[in-house]
Amino acid sequence: MGSGTRVGRVRGLGSAKSGAHHWIAQRVTAIGNALLMPWFLISLALLPAYDHAAISGWLAQPIVAVPMLLLVISVFYHVRLGLQVCIEDYVHDDGLKFAVLVLLTFFTVGCGAVCLFSIAKIAFAGGAL
Amino acid sequence: MAQSRQRPLSPHLGVYRWGPHMLVSILHRATGDGMAILGGLGLTWWLYAIASGPAAYANFQYYAWEAAPGDALGAILNYLCRIIMVGLSWAFFQHLCSGLRHLVMDMGAGYELQGNRRWSIVVFVAAALATIAFWAWIVAGRAA
Repeated sequence: MGSGTRVGRVRGLGSAKSGAHHWIAQRVTAIGNALLMPWFLISLALLPAYDHAAISGWLAQPIVAVPMLLLVISVFYHVRLGLQVCIEDYVHDDGLKFAVLVLLTFFTVGCGAVCLFSIAKIAFAGGAL
Repeated sequence: MAQSRQRPLSPHLGVYRWGPHMLVSILHRATGDGMAILGGLGLTWWLYAIASGPAAYANFQYYAWEAAPGDALGAILNYLCRIIMVGLSWAFFQHLCSGLRHLVMDMGAGYELQGNRRWSIVVFVAAALATIAFWAWIVAGRAA
């Protein structure tokens, strides 16, 4: 926190000038989630069955696969931003904070990639897996 | 350092009464954390199992929802997963409602003491009702 002292300002320890983007991206993904997650839960609740054929057949439709891809991107981006704020608030040791933030990035990008690949595979297989 | 001078501190930081706005605030973080870790892993496991074919999906269903009768470990995991699923659904509705509250507050509205308190309570009630309605539909509504 060098924004308050003169020497801190000289060393460039002030604001990183990227906080507003983080803040806005968190809100934009929140709105995306607020639209996509209710769609996802209501669609699940209305499915006639939950066996593999029913679920993969449902997911394979473009009208479902595309919003699902968007949902995964919006949700995991939101997770990345939101947990970053929590980590920065509660983890005070610089080294540990850096390690946990890297772990968070790997977790969200990794899970997101597996989800995107899975949806694409289901959609391109047309439900025939 | 200009900041290292002795500054007066508020003497009673630890003395306060809990209000619904404090609970809704910390629960926004708790539900977000819970969904991020358990929900993120759960969603990934579910989609990966579907993409891996009927056998992998049957395995997911076996451990997440309905194991064979007599399988003690499976039964324990089933109960755990069901508690987690109900918990995650409540966490989602709680996080959604308090997130909408935050979007309103981001616009600078809703800071009056009475209104802030009232909307905090509305968040809890709406989230609880939505969770009950969702599972009532899954368990009873679908079957009927």
